[in-house]
Amino acid sequence: MQCTQMSDTNGALNTGTLEEKASWIRRETLKIHARAGGTRLASSLSPVEICTALYYGWDLRFKPEEPLWEERDRIIFSKGHGTICMYPVFADLGFFNLSELENVCRSGSFLGSIPDPIIPGYETVNGSLGHGPGVGAGMALALRLKKSLSRVAVLCGEGELFEGSVWEAFMFAAHHRLGNLTVILDYNKISMLGYTEKIVTLEPLPQKLESFGWEVHTVPDGHNISDLISVLNKIPRNTSGKPLFIIAHTVKGKGVDSLERNPLCHVATVSPEEIEKLLGEKI
Amino acid sequence: MRTMRDSFLSVLHGMMKKNEKIIFITADFGAPKLDQIKNDFPDRFFNVGIAEQNMINTAAGFALEGFTVYCYAIAAFITMRCYEQIRVNLAITSQLRKINVNLVGVGAGFSYAVSGPSHHCLEDISIMSTLPNVEVFSGSDPFIAECFADYSQKKTGVKYFRFDSSPLPEIYSETLSPDLNLGFCELASGKDICVLSTGVQTGLVREKVKEMHKGHIDMFRLTDFNSEELIQVLKNYKTIHCLEESFRGHGLDSILRTALCDTNIKIVSRGCIKKYIFDLGTRDDLHKASGAYIDL
Repeated sequence: MQCTQMSDTNGALNTGTLEEKASWIRRETLKIHARAGGTRLASSLSPVEICTALYYGWDLRFKPEEPLWEERDRIIFSKGHGTICMYPVFADLGFFNLSELENVCRSGSFLGSIPDPIIPGYETVNGSLGHGPGVGAGMALALRLKKSLSRVAVLCGEGELFEGSVWEAFMFAAHHRLGNLTVILDYNKISMLGYTEKIVTLEPLPQKLESFGWEVHTVPDGHNISDLISVLNKIPRNTSGKPLFIIAHTVKGKGVDSLERNPLCHVATVSPEEIEKLLGEKI
Repeated sequence: MRTMRDSFLSVLHGMMKKNEKIIFITADFGAPKLDQIKNDFPDRFFNVGIAEQNMINTAAGFALEGFTVYCYAIAAFITMRCYEQIRVNLAITSQLRKINVNLVGVGAGFSYAVSGPSHHCLEDISIMSTLPNVEVFSGSDPFIAECFADYSQKKTGVKYFRFDSSPLPEIYSETLSPDLNLGFCELASGKDICVLSTGVQTGLVREKVKEMHKGHIDMFRLTDFNSEELIQVLKNYKTIHCLEESFRGHGLDSILRTALCDTNIKIVSRGCIKKYIFDLGTRDDLHKASGAYIDL
């Protein structure tokens, strides 16, 4: 599939398929980690295709030169530290210069290991989990009052579904029929200390969410960009209706074998040498 | 006598009539005047249920979209149940984005005298005043609550208003109007001893302090007050007693010591000893049990 959003400001990669774009984003994310080992790599690799689909394969409204453009769609990265892959995306789209990727976590840079709204493109303060759905629900309700057709999408990890505030927001959003709110779950099955299902049972998630009043769509392979786009295309520009929940099954550390096989990969670092080797391969 | 909350809400009702960008969110907590807001502005009144965390997060969402937001709940819960949401989505966020969110907490100190430690609110001044970008106000009468409402709309930012739950006597008026930028009012001047009080205790000791010809200062703004002016007033006294419903060393007394650190002015803490109070009785009984009183 071809990209629908083309960047001409940075000249990074403004042609090609979405799969090629995702591969470029994954490589750039690895390069960032090689330079800044404090960045969370494994959790930033699982949502690469989700972010690709959102920003390049869908009719997402944004203006890189005006990040807070009133008519933009609002994307909240609730699993903030697991979205370092957005740094190359935002740079590629022209939110900031591509050369900034060289300075992640360095003095004077605005790109830290956990992104905050000092970075053009980020809407909310990140690092503390479980906040996105509630803030997103408030935004969605506010947009309805403003008679705006802008949409709100919140990217969550399943680990933050352990936070009670998330379920307060899920009830609230369904009660107010926030059809302009979508939660996308990067369901990579692992949080810091291992498999989430072994920590506290989350399943059956689809049934739980449906019983909370959400319309639930499952993407069995959250790395298949076409499948992700098919589901994203079901999101209407409606201000009223059931809020949408997209469960995208992903692999934590996707593309890096040593991470994919490690249930403790959340805090694992990959050496610059290993990354150099990976960059020579097809990932 | 009027309550501070109803005085605040009456003014807010008038503001909501004129300003369609005002949103009111309650965590299932009411007031007689709140019914009027609920009935007259049903599309801008939201009850999130007993869910303070979600109240703050949705408020942040509204505020980021340009609305002026009022959150309303019991003081102990609007500050302590959702402290992390306040810190992340209001205090930190407001350093990067212009937001106007006003937290109205009812039940300051021992307001809910017979409800026990869960409802006593003795830590809020400490934890709210330590947050950068959050202004903290402690009201002492219904008139000042009206002034707070007016200020809250005009001044963008995050604010916490600490209100007593009981009806209180009037202290301020059109002729004795509180200066919110100054942050305090010298209700009486005297010799040697000055009682500096906040909240309900200002009204409780006012007559007695006057009779004894002591100085009396009502402190209604607990952050960003004019400390230079305050020092000028306090310099006239030998001893300053800080009377408050907070734990000693963790409330207004601590704030004052920081503000006065470059002076020789000493503050005597007349707040609560650092224990939770399970005793039942009147407000006065709880003041005696906790040590939050002064014998003049």
